[in-house]
Amino acid sequence: MKTVVLMKQVGNKDAVLRINKEGTWIEEGDLSYEVNESDGYALEEALRLKEKHGGEVVVCSMGPQRVKSVIKDALARGADRAIHVVGDDLARLSPFAAAKVLSEAIRSEQFDLVLTGLQSDDNGYAQTGVILAELLGLPHATIVIEVDASGEGLRVKRELENGWYQWYTMPRPCLLTIQSGISQIRYATLKGIMAAKKKEIREVAPAEAATASTSHQRITKIYFPQKSKQTQYLGDGNARAGAAELAERLRTEARII
Amino acid sequence: MSAVVEEKKLIVGGSFLIEERRPEEVFTPEDFTEEQRMIAETARQFVDNEVQPRVPELENHDWELSRELLRKAGELGLIGAKISEEYGGLGLDQVSNALIGENISRSASFAVTYGAQVSIGSLPIVYFGTEEAKRKYLPRIASGELVTAYALTEAGSGSDALAAKATARLSEDGTHYILNGEKMWISNAGFADMFVVFAKVDGDKFSGFIVENGPGVSTGQEEHKMGIKGSSTRALILTDVRTPVENLLGEVGKGAKIAFNILNMGRLGLGTSCLGGMKLMLHHAVRYANERHQFGKPISSFGAIKKKLAEMAIRTWVGETMIYRTVGMVETATSDVENSDAKLQAIEEYAAECSLIKVALSEDCDYVADEMVQIYGGYGYSADYPAERAYRDSRINRIFEGTNEINRMLIPGTLMKRAMKGKLALLPAAQALMDEVMSPQLGGFDEEDEILAAEQKLAQNAKKIALMTLGTAAQKYMMNLAEQQEILLNVADTIIDAYAMESAILRTRKIAQAQGEDAAARYTDMTRVFCNDAIQRIEAHAKDALAAMVEGDELRTLLAALRRFTKHTPMNTVVARGRIADVLINANRYAY
Ligand SMILES: Cc1cc2nc3c(=O)[nH]c(=O)nc-3n(C[C@H](O)[C@H](O)[C@H](O)COP(=O)(O)OP(=O)(O)OC[C@H]3O[C@@H](n4cnc5c(N)ncnc54)[C@H](O)[C@@H]3O)c2cc1C
Repeated sequence: MKTVVLMKQVGNKDAVLRINKEGTWIEEGDLSYEVNESDGYALEEALRLKEKHGGEVVVCSMGPQRVKSVIKDALARGADRAIHVVGDDLARLSPFAAAKVLSEAIRSEQFDLVLTGLQSDDNGYAQTGVILAELLGLPHATIVIEVDASGEGLRVKRELENGWYQWYTMPRPCLLTIQSGISQIRYATLKGIMAAKKKEIREVAPAEAATASTSHQRITKIYFPQKSKQTQYLGDGNARAGAAELAERLRTEARII
Repeated sequence: MSAVVEEKKLIVGGSFLIEERRPEEVFTPEDFTEEQRMIAETARQFVDNEVQPRVPELENHDWELSRELLRKAGELGLIGAKISEEYGGLGLDQVSNALIGENISRSASFAVTYGAQVSIGSLPIVYFGTEEAKRKYLPRIASGELVTAYALTEAGSGSDALAAKATARLSEDGTHYILNGEKMWISNAGFADMFVVFAKVDGDKFSGFIVENGPGVSTGQEEHKMGIKGSSTRALILTDVRTPVENLLGEVGKGAKIAFNILNMGRLGLGTSCLGGMKLMLHHAVRYANERHQFGKPISSFGAIKKKLAEMAIRTWVGETMIYRTVGMVETATSDVENSDAKLQAIEEYAAECSLIKVALSEDCDYVADEMVQIYGGYGYSADYPAERAYRDSRINRIFEGTNEINRMLIPGTLMKRAMKGKLALLPAAQALMDEVMSPQLGGFDEEDEILAAEQKLAQNAKKIALMTLGTAAQKYMMNLAEQQEILLNVADTIIDAYAMESAILRTRKIAQAQGEDAAARYTDMTRVFCNDAIQRIEAHAKDALAAMVEGDELRTLLAALRRFTKHTPMNTVVARGRIADVLINANRYAY
């Protein structure tokens, strides 16, 4: 099975964020970066499938040269080779434009399986994978938490709401978006790190036609959530009614019970 | 590998005291390769995910867990990095190894377990083992399957290690050595499969052996320690233990060479280990100071706390700078040396640098731990917060791998020895300096416009002060110099600060050359504050030493020279420390 995993580099979760001068994005100068969390699980899933069924795992990432660290890390964990779509402002693309660029970069390789993370930790659109499937003409399943490739098709388990799951059989080739936290991600071993030095990273330029279609969506303003304090009295003096309403609110609004 | 290696210029050990270096001649953390950074990251993730959450179990002496963690580290390649591929390791460079050590030390207890395994417990075999012993033990040490330990100290012989009483004698058929004796304070003893043991053949020839855990080998109770409670420390008792002659390390009677060389490497490793601890402590301290509010503000907004954070960062950064400069020199000297004897010689070359790093980093580590407790206030005194353990764990570093007193003696001691052997031109330099002191030449103050020009002058003068005090002492005490410990302590402290000042200046200039002076500004702040304070410490040490050695006109002349050498306009350290602290506070982590 020939699998490609799409991996995005995003700002570090712990980073102290500052908004840039234009107010349109975060200040990137003082950021440190890491791999998008669910993409890491997508890679792990691909490596496990390869261990069971053989084949090849290719990683594809787009962005400036700094995304090489995500690529090298994936190669060190066991991916076989990589495609790097090089461009400085690709992070600003809309999900559609991003999917378009990515589809042009991987189309010719005829992958049996395309894996992406569920969504990115920075923009959180959760659309890029789905649109990419459309552009490649592939069926897709989202929020996948388990993949079984032992049969003809792919049996995948999807997470629904409220603790419900769904088993689905997908034809091949197809695209899956993978949920975070579904497995224990392996470490990059020192052997793997040394071996990664010799693995191929193919740099490609984004297809022009794809980047040209970037402008139908843009961020005009970002800002920190505004904090405001509001006090509400529940139950109108009746403790029992207040408790019931509190429980209800904690369940439906705060969603913590 | 790194640029330093390609340049391939061997630096004479101790020559920092009498020569000038250019920024491009020193290795700095900015020179780490992508692979080295990734290796560091693997080590960090391993410790943070696998070890840290389980430290309480380790502190309850769950030694099966220690073994399991060593095996896991072995699987990742973290143990075999120093062992060559031929014997099942990875044979990685010194920088990678230092980075692994630094990150493993985010857990102090596990770092001791790990250090006994990869450093003192296995390097004697790497460098002195017979071919059979290397094949037999190294691959399984590298995988973490075999746990090893190092048994040098005895109840009656600590610093004076060569006074050991343990004995070894050859069996009548000449196939085995039979060992007897009792060792003390042996890390990993509670679960080790094998020990590197030092004992005297026929009662007088100090030698090293590999001894497997088996008949005649037993251990005492776990010691009740102040810190690193998650590492096993016990006495090791040997009663007629037979070990085959192939398990002799090196030659009979040449054990001192093994013990001292291994300690030497261990000292650099210990410095690196302190560095890992310091970065983590500072990380916690910054976060806590940002979170904790008093008087309606985060405590990190108070000048008293900022000053602490800044000073913790300065010492951490300068320590890191000294370490990787030295690691870079060792790497250059050892990278294409195959034969292990030549490798050892290359490492021995930097014995003085290793000792000064051990002293500086272990004391800075204690300083950082102490200030961490203070920043946490009452919560620093509670075992429910990380400062309390860090404070206790840190203290051991000034005691083992040669106490700091022993290492302070070794700094000038080693340099003098090298000078006597003609390996280091210390004496002509001291002579030239004395001439300068006696007939001071004014002028010659070339105004340089390079950054840190004033600091560079101070660093040069710091070296001169070290030479002046050491030279005066050598002249006065001649062969009895080694007995003048109080003076040697002053000289050692001066040398440590001189090395630190110069290392910080070179690194900052290298950063400025590569990234521009703006990018280097935060490092310039640290370097300037450090040099400003160091020259005052040096002045006090030198005054102490000089006043103890000479009097009258001679003292007046030397003090006049000292005044000249230490002359500087004090900088505004308050503002600079404030900026340094703000970098940490804004990033909410150690961001240097
Ligand atoms: C937790 C722990 C783990 C250890 N692990 C190991 C291990 O794995 N293997 C091993 O072999 N050893 C180990 N040691 C032993 C350690 O190396 C010794 O404790 C250390 O070398 C000091 O020896 P000592 O305790 O006998 O102190 P002493 O040598 O008695 O020193 C006492 C004091 O006198 C000073 N002093 C001694 N001689 C001089 C001198 N000539 N000049 C000036 N001052 C002097 C010392 O600096 C110190 O301040 C460990 C110790 C501890 C506490």
